[in-house]
Amino acid sequence: MKNITTIARRELGAYFNSPIAYVVVAVFLLLSGLLFFQTLFIQQTAELRELFDGFWTTLLVAIVGPAITMRLLAEERSNDTLELLLTMPVSDWEVVLGKYLAALGLFAFVMAGMLVFAGTVSALGPLDKGPAFAGFLGLFLVAATYMAIGMMTSSFTKNQIVAFIGAVLLCLILWLIGKVVQVFPPTVQPLLDWLGMDRHIGNMARGVIDSRDILYFFTLIGSCLLITQATLESRRWR
Amino acid sequence: MIHVDGLTKKYGSVAAVNGISFDVHAGEVLGFLGPNGAGKTTTMKILTSFLAPTAGRAEIAGFDVFDQPLQARARIGYLPEGTPLYKDMTVLEYLQFIADIRHLPKGPARTKRLKAVVEQCGIGDRLGFQIGELSKGFKQRVGLAQAILHEPEVLILDEPTSGLDPNQIVEIRQVIRHIGESKTVIFSTHIMQEVAATCSRVLIISKGKIAADGRPDELQRRAQGHMELAVELIGSEDAAKSGLEAVAGVASVRLAAADADEAQAAGSYRFVVHAKSGADPRAEIFKMAMQKGLVLTELKRERASLEDVFRTLTGTGAASGHAN
Repeated sequence: MKNITTIARRELGAYFNSPIAYVVVAVFLLLSGLLFFQTLFIQQTAELRELFDGFWTTLLVAIVGPAITMRLLAEERSNDTLELLLTMPVSDWEVVLGKYLAALGLFAFVMAGMLVFAGTVSALGPLDKGPAFAGFLGLFLVAATYMAIGMMTSSFTKNQIVAFIGAVLLCLILWLIGKVVQVFPPTVQPLLDWLGMDRHIGNMARGVIDSRDILYFFTLIGSCLLITQATLESRRWR
Repeated sequence: MIHVDGLTKKYGSVAAVNGISFDVHAGEVLGFLGPNGAGKTTTMKILTSFLAPTAGRAEIAGFDVFDQPLQARARIGYLPEGTPLYKDMTVLEYLQFIADIRHLPKGPARTKRLKAVVEQCGIGDRLGFQIGELSKGFKQRVGLAQAILHEPEVLILDEPTSGLDPNQIVEIRQVIRHIGESKTVIFSTHIMQEVAATCSRVLIISKGKIAADGRPDELQRRAQGHMELAVELIGSEDAAKSGLEAVAGVASVRLAAADADEAQAAGSYRFVVHAKSGADPRAEIFKMAMQKGLVLTELKRERASLEDVFRTLTGTGAASGHAN
């Protein structure tokens, strides 16, 4: 556990030592702020829901998530620092979890910034705290899933751009699938509906925290982390 | 301290390391010598448990590098080739990170150790610098500092002096020698003088196999089957040559390439004399010169350099080796 936090702290430091963290936080807050205040001023409704499962915010997360995670392992691979890190007395799992934790930490910063929107709503009228909490949790889980995918593709390559594009592609598939279920044959529709992000984040944005949705996110995250760990470990396969 | 037994690593069908075995004891500084692509780096990557061997095994301080990698790694300090470091961190941040991940307990003991290492590696005035801004020499020292911070029993350095200027090389070698007094050190290089200057033992590997193993001076002697002398005489060329050829123990005499016409104008001739195996004709050459009235201005035994050893054993370059 101590190794995980040591690695996570270093990674988080690396985010804030370079412009990445600031750019990511700024871009996300700017664009999601635009969406929020657009609903506020143009549609004259003070609500958060559009921020949690709206078309644009979930798309934004599918791009920002991979942008956060693309460097995690690809950068270490291209600088050869991966070799030094993996010959420290730490297990591959500790490296994977430490880095993932750092990415989650950075996104937590972003979400802390989004509390401004919640503050705005509650200033204009009573904020329904339950659905707001579920929505924030849902958005965080969506981001966590996309970032797990991003870290997985980052472990495949030493090229950060490749890692980014690969991850965005996978994320967009998950993002899109729920929206186009109807064009597929009825037999596979339930499967695709389950696989798509839409249904699960939709439930949470409505304020419903269902263990099946949580399980969905955890399954995807766990699989990606497992593949990431296996990729690191594959150097020692014989 | 280090035990390697039948280590083999294949990439596809190509064996980078092919069944090598050796032991290194505490207090030895082992120079790992070989042409590029001989398998030095691969061997080191296996010893540090970054890669797994295809066959064979290796132990660090009694821990198998494949089955007990964490215990083995905890006892190793490693500096990979090219000194990969986190460029975005300052030197101090980086060393603190290494201290954390190496589980050095926080407190005055850690501070003391950090100070000692910083002093030893001469990076005291660079602690606040970002590693990416440092010169190559300083990066190398930071790399060395991270490798020795936890006082490892085994230090593995992959080409620690490559790309440094001569002064930096001397300094790094001093640090390595100093560490080698109490710890086991393996370092790889393809620079011969380095080995002679730093190591108590040399392991030459070539095409994935051990080509030679021994003390540097031992290997020099072994490569030199028979003595080679440089002789300079003043007198007539013919008299000098025939005189030398007549000396017992001389196998062949050859006029050295005329490097100086003036010298020959002054009647000075230089010869390369090969002695018969096991013979030392130097005393006889001196006597011969006296008898024939030749003036002996130089009589020097040419030592086989480690370069010769290296070329002989690894079969690179011209077939310059003498048969033993």
